[in-house]
Amino acid sequence: MDIPNQVYLEEAYELLSELEDALIEVEQRPDDKDLIDRIFRAMHTLKGSGAMFGFNDIAEFTHTIETVYDYVREYKLTVNKYLVSLTLSACDQIKAMLDVFQGRGTVDESEVNSITDEFLKLIPGDDENALSGPIDSSRSGSNKDEGGHKVTYRIRFIPHENLFKNGTNPLLLLNELRAFGENRIICHIQNIPDLRDIKPESCFVSWDIILTTSREINEIRDVFIFVEGISDISIDVIDEADIEEQDYKRIGEILFDRGDITLKDLELILSKQKLIGEMFVESGAVDQTQVASALVEQEHIRTIRKKNRTTGDNTSSIRVASDKLDSLVNLVGELVTVQARLIQFSATQKNPDLTAIAEEVKRLSTGLRDNAMGIRMMPIGTTFAKFKRLVRDLSTELGKEINFTTEGAETELDKTVIEKLGDPLIHLIRNSIDHGVESPDMRTAAGKPPQGSIRLSAVHSGASVLISVHDDGAGLDADVIKAKAIDKGIISPDVALSEKEIFELILAPGFSTAQNVTCVSGRGVGMDVVVSNIESFGGSVFISSKKGLGTTITLKLPLTLAIIDGLLVTIGGDYFVIPLGTVVECVELSKEDKRRAHGRHIARVREEIIPYIYLRKLFCINGSQPKIEQIVITEINDRRVGFVVDNVIGQHQTVIKNLGKVLKNVEGVSGATIMGDGAVSLILDINKLFLLAGIDESKNFTEKAVGMY
Amino acid sequence: MTKNILSVDDSASIRQMVSFTLEKEGYGVIEASDGNDALARIQTKMIDLVITDLHMPNMDGIGLIKALRADSQYRFTPIVMLTTESNSSKKDEGRRAGATGWIVKPFKPEQLVAVVKKLIG
Repeated sequence: MDIPNQVYLEEAYELLSELEDALIEVEQRPDDKDLIDRIFRAMHTLKGSGAMFGFNDIAEFTHTIETVYDYVREYKLTVNKYLVSLTLSACDQIKAMLDVFQGRGTVDESEVNSITDEFLKLIPGDDENALSGPIDSSRSGSNKDEGGHKVTYRIRFIPHENLFKNGTNPLLLLNELRAFGENRIICHIQNIPDLRDIKPESCFVSWDIILTTSREINEIRDVFIFVEGISDISIDVIDEADIEEQDYKRIGEILFDRGDITLKDLELILSKQKLIGEMFVESGAVDQTQVASALVEQEHIRTIRKKNRTTGDNTSSIRVASDKLDSLVNLVGELVTVQARLIQFSATQKNPDLTAIAEEVKRLSTGLRDNAMGIRMMPIGTTFAKFKRLVRDLSTELGKEINFTTEGAETELDKTVIEKLGDPLIHLIRNSIDHGVESPDMRTAAGKPPQGSIRLSAVHSGASVLISVHDDGAGLDADVIKAKAIDKGIISPDVALSEKEIFELILAPGFSTAQNVTCVSGRGVGMDVVVSNIESFGGSVFISSKKGLGTTITLKLPLTLAIIDGLLVTIGGDYFVIPLGTVVECVELSKEDKRRAHGRHIARVREEIIPYIYLRKLFCINGSQPKIEQIVITEINDRRVGFVVDNVIGQHQTVIKNLGKVLKNVEGVSGATIMGDGAVSLILDINKLFLLAGIDESKNFTEKAVGMY
Repeated sequence: MTKNILSVDDSASIRQMVSFTLEKEGYGVIEASDGNDALARIQTKMIDLVITDLHMPNMDGIGLIKALRADSQYRFTPIVMLTTESNSSKKDEGRRAGATGWIVKPFKPEQLVAVVKKLIG
């Protein structure tokens, strides 16, 4: 049995026996107020607690009795033998009701009813409404408006001076309103007396709240339910979402509307020419905060309306051909580069006028660049929408029931990234439908609802966007995957792998655990292509899964492909840029390290062993090696590798230029950028470099190195 | 910092229900069985909100509210009355004594939590 019920039952039995004692005593001392109080309280508790814990029959029954004893308390009824006997019989019935709940005995309904009637007869005639009906709890539920129809209210909350005296904290009420929707709140402080005269325990402030919400007006009123008698509240509708007239009211109208100024004030001021708000303040008709509050209201409505307009129809947008946009971005990029040269030059000239102009140019070109980048950003929603059809067709074809949801459709990405995302996402979704989500029969057998769900979501995270495909299907089976990988010769049987590493095996070329190769997937040309696709523009793929529960594949993508935040380094006089997102730290490669490593390329950084690669060697750069070199330690998917360079110059942000047809397939380089002095700097593709330098080889380094230190 | 709530009611089952509901929401709950007990408890621990029944032996709810408001430490502490009467006389009496708000019994746990959040956040 429920613990609360148990406590109630014990309490109820106790109360009943106390009641009986009190009743027997009060028969001898019918004027003993204490006894009468005890009886009343017992009935009161039986009723109140009874209702709370679901003993409605007891609650109803005792309600009548409690009412009668209330009259006794107020000297409108006297205790006599009849009343006591009647009450004792009632107690027997209550006990029977409790017993029934414990599975013993029955309740005689007719007896209960006749006792109730007898009690009712005792109630003085003129007060028949004493028995109030069902006890009303709260005034309104908080059901959100189904249609999401938003209305803007102006709420004026003017507490009386004694508001604090009953323990109210008005700020909490404001917080309740804030949770209802977009809002602006202005506090009126003009009535706060001078410090000398102030009474710290009184309230001298009031608030205007402009709130746009889909909640009902009753819910708003309910916020103030406890302060109704000690404050003035007014709630007016000032704008509705679908009323789209010309501009919202002017300030003067708003102030007049609110009763803050008279018509005469309004007309007087309008006949002059200065800024309305200022003039109102100057004239003394209103003060600063009242005008500020009205301005806030105006601004709020304008913002809301603007939002409605832009999210609604698209008449204020314009289609632009992609290559026009590309050439704009290109030009902006060149401008930024030249501007950097201008800044460099002006620094050497020590001409203040030139410097000032150069600064101005820098400010404008940065603004222009940010603007152009912004134009390239598009919400991913359109891509998501395309998939709905795909999911429907595929699930029908494969006999699966899928509920497809999307989240974060308004997340914006660079348009090039969105374009490149299309194919990989299609593949991931196919996988989920084909291999992830089980057939309805299998799902029911596993205790899952027959309809599977696939969720596609997009969210910003720092300087990246995370796109994930989540299904609640069968999840990845680490054992099966490992077995298959051994079978296909991808790994050797005695290698120890973490679950994460096993999952990553599915990304290897030629891997497919599908029993049947369907026309949709299973040919093993999938995941590795997805991964190389994603990595080609600086993204990464993460897998997480729980067997039997589902799988989530997350793609981490850069926000923009046009600009790179990089670490500028030099090797043999040439410049290179390493994407800052991959860089963990830079350390010096000392003679000490080289000596200790006995010819192997590993360095000890604090407690970790980091393998490194000589880029000089890899890129076959001639020239003499400097005595002191730097290691740039990068990290991808929890693996760290260092790259040895001559010098680390510092952070550098520029526009990425594509390598062009001739150089496109050079491995290890993903693009180029032009420096301030016109030199070209190559941007390194860290992912590829990991592979090129033979990351497996470096893994061996790690294993063997452990024995060394 | 945890907010502490004093739950005053002569019915153990009500006190238990209040404790259970509010402790789940992260509040600390101290129980008292009547007005006198309540006044003793507040000497040993700082209370942020008082929830009290009105009908109790020794010192009833109205008496407790008045005593709390007379105490300089608790003059501005929110006090909620638990009442089964839906008519206004008891509510008014409570308010005149200085109560902040009320909850009508029987109440659902969510209603209790909503009122507590409204008064102390």
